[in-house]
Amino acid sequence: MSKSTYKVPIGPIHPSLEEPMTFNFEISGEKIKSIDLAPGDNHRGIEFMGRNRNIIQIIYLAERICGICSASHPFAFCRAVENAAGISVPPRAEYIRVIIAELERIHSHILWAGVAAHELGFDSVLYLSWKVREEVMDILEILTGNRVNYGMFMIGGVRRDISKEQIPRIEKTIEYYKEAYQKLEDVFLQDPSIAIRTKNVGVLTYEEALNLASVGPTARASGVKKDVRQDQPYSAYADMDIKAITPDMFSGKVNGDVYDRIIVRVLEVKQSVEIIEYCLNHLPDGEILSEKKIAKLLGILKKAEGEGVGRHEAPRGEVIHYVKLGEGESPEVWKARAPTYNNLMSWVPMLQNQEVADIPIVVASIDPCIGCMDRATLVDANTYQKQVLTREELRKLSIEKTRRMMQ
Amino acid sequence: MSGSGMLIFLLKIVGALVIAVLGVIIGLFYKGVDRKLAALMQSRVGPPIRQPFLDFFKLMVKENIVPENAVPWVFNGAPVLALVSTVTILYYIPFASIPALLGDSGDLILIAYLLALPAIALVAGGFSSGSTYASIGAQREMVMMMSYELPLVTTIIALGWRLSLAYPGINVFSLEILSANPIWNIVGPLGFIGAFFLLFTLAIVTPAELSIVPFDIPEAETELAGGILVEYSGRNLALFELANAVKMVVMASLTVVLFFPYNIAQLFSVSGFLATIIDILFFFVKLFVVIFFEATFIRVAVARLKINQASVSYLIFLSTIGLMGLLLIAIDYII
Repeated sequence: MSKSTYKVPIGPIHPSLEEPMTFNFEISGEKIKSIDLAPGDNHRGIEFMGRNRNIIQIIYLAERICGICSASHPFAFCRAVENAAGISVPPRAEYIRVIIAELERIHSHILWAGVAAHELGFDSVLYLSWKVREEVMDILEILTGNRVNYGMFMIGGVRRDISKEQIPRIEKTIEYYKEAYQKLEDVFLQDPSIAIRTKNVGVLTYEEALNLASVGPTARASGVKKDVRQDQPYSAYADMDIKAITPDMFSGKVNGDVYDRIIVRVLEVKQSVEIIEYCLNHLPDGEILSEKKIAKLLGILKKAEGEGVGRHEAPRGEVIHYVKLGEGESPEVWKARAPTYNNLMSWVPMLQNQEVADIPIVVASIDPCIGCMDRATLVDANTYQKQVLTREELRKLSIEKTRRMMQ
Repeated sequence: MSGSGMLIFLLKIVGALVIAVLGVIIGLFYKGVDRKLAALMQSRVGPPIRQPFLDFFKLMVKENIVPENAVPWVFNGAPVLALVSTVTILYYIPFASIPALLGDSGDLILIAYLLALPAIALVAGGFSSGSTYASIGAQREMVMMMSYELPLVTTIIALGWRLSLAYPGINVFSLEILSANPIWNIVGPLGFIGAFFLLFTLAIVTPAELSIVPFDIPEAETELAGGILVEYSGRNLALFELANAVKMVVMASLTVVLFFPYNIAQLFSVSGFLATIIDILFFFVKLFVVIFFEATFIRVAVARLKINQASVSYLIFLSTIGLMGLLLIAIDYII
């Protein structure tokens, strides 16, 4: 370390972080010279817990990976299991799943907008956006019974139907957000004091976004037209013509800065409202579950064998669940990869040569979810010291494990 | 010392104590009003108006932690210096029709120096607390000081200079004389616009002096976790909070005394004690209006700036506005 720089640790506990995560910055004056990310403070062993439970119990565990993605994770997990066991989902259930997932996207993006404003020291906007968010929380409670952790998903369908009486109430919400969208656009995209802090800050170029395999709004804000709903349409999304939102739709050009990430998320709120409207107008009749008796369903899953992958475009990007069903009730392998895991490395080019004052908003701009992302951490059992493995060491360990398994 | 001299001396000591206590109480009260109003503008319920008092008493009974690698005498001395220097300014400001306690021994130039002291105390406290966050905060506070001093001094000089042209041979920086001769009365239309520019300059310097959004860069909660104040707790933090509350009254009073020194007692054609009461109440109303526009309204309406943006806006934009005000007043005098 040269004399002209000093070290600033941000995290694991810091007011600008919603969840524990460590950043070690080397700073010269107010400029960031180097960044070292040290995740692993929020590992809870969820995948391990899942391997000791049956498939239906895991749905509720998957919901609790993250409080905000409590529709995305079970959505991806159910699709993975259905893929592995060859279960088909009734059309009405597919539409209800999409409605819940899109309501969650509205909820997540508006929550993020409030957090971003708070990081900029603009608390009035935080309160305004969280007030706007209450409506979607209310409708989620009416439809699912819960404001978060909806408990809506089930292998082969959904657990609750949307009744005829509830539809006018959802339409009211749609109208509310059509109006609220104008307000959000005014506050976030026309306000000079937000623009002055976010334009040309935390830039991620198109090439960097591709190379680092960024996903979700982070990649789309850099001009990468990447959206699972568009690229591999699934569920009810396949009936719609969904286009990945890029900032040039609003401003005419792509800069890849924090401001562009705000544009993408604000426009996606509007897109979600349109998707929900379509789903409501085209909601098919019929069953909501392929197998109503849970004991029978468990029996089918117990007999099923094979691997399955479920993908879903969560508010933060693509979430992938991998399930390997073997003998017994529990899956042999359950792997959840959350979008933040992909976006993690995007922080490095974004933060390079930025100022200390930009750290909170740039860190928040990928909408990090450390609880979703932390799937592995290496700790010495005796000293409780965290360890970091290099690529070579990891490779050596994998070869050893393969040899052990082959014996 | 003669008997009457002794009496005046004693009276001044009692007056100093009364003003210090009143200044603190009024400051905390306005802080409560400010928080409540900000909450209402953000559609929140907000804390009760007495909340700053509760905070203060709570902090006083809390443990006072001095970090291991801090310099204890600077660390503990800084909050005292900040509070004392802020309260001292109150002795030089005339409140309504009551003359300032030490009005004959200090003027606006002294106040400009005293205003820098709490900021210097903050910087010293920040650097001595031995924390990286506090050091960054202290560096930022120094940059802020250097940035807002120029527009502040421009305002003061412009007012004094215009007054010295109108009434040669008096101490034009004396607050008594400045408040007896409001700038609006002695200038023509062009000078009126110039004086308005100066008022704007002072109004924008105030948030930086009080370190509130958008100029709370040295404390920046989401970036530096409290910056300069990050290591302060208990009694020391309580003293800093008090100093900040008093500074709010000081800055608002300065605006009132320099730009709105009018009293309304004569409108009701009353005199004596009753007139003083009416004038004091009117003074508090003026304080409230000034605090509302200079602190509460600004801090709910914008986002925090970066240090270089704040520095540029003070050194270039605001200084230009201040100098334009000075220029307009000068042109107004010449033609």
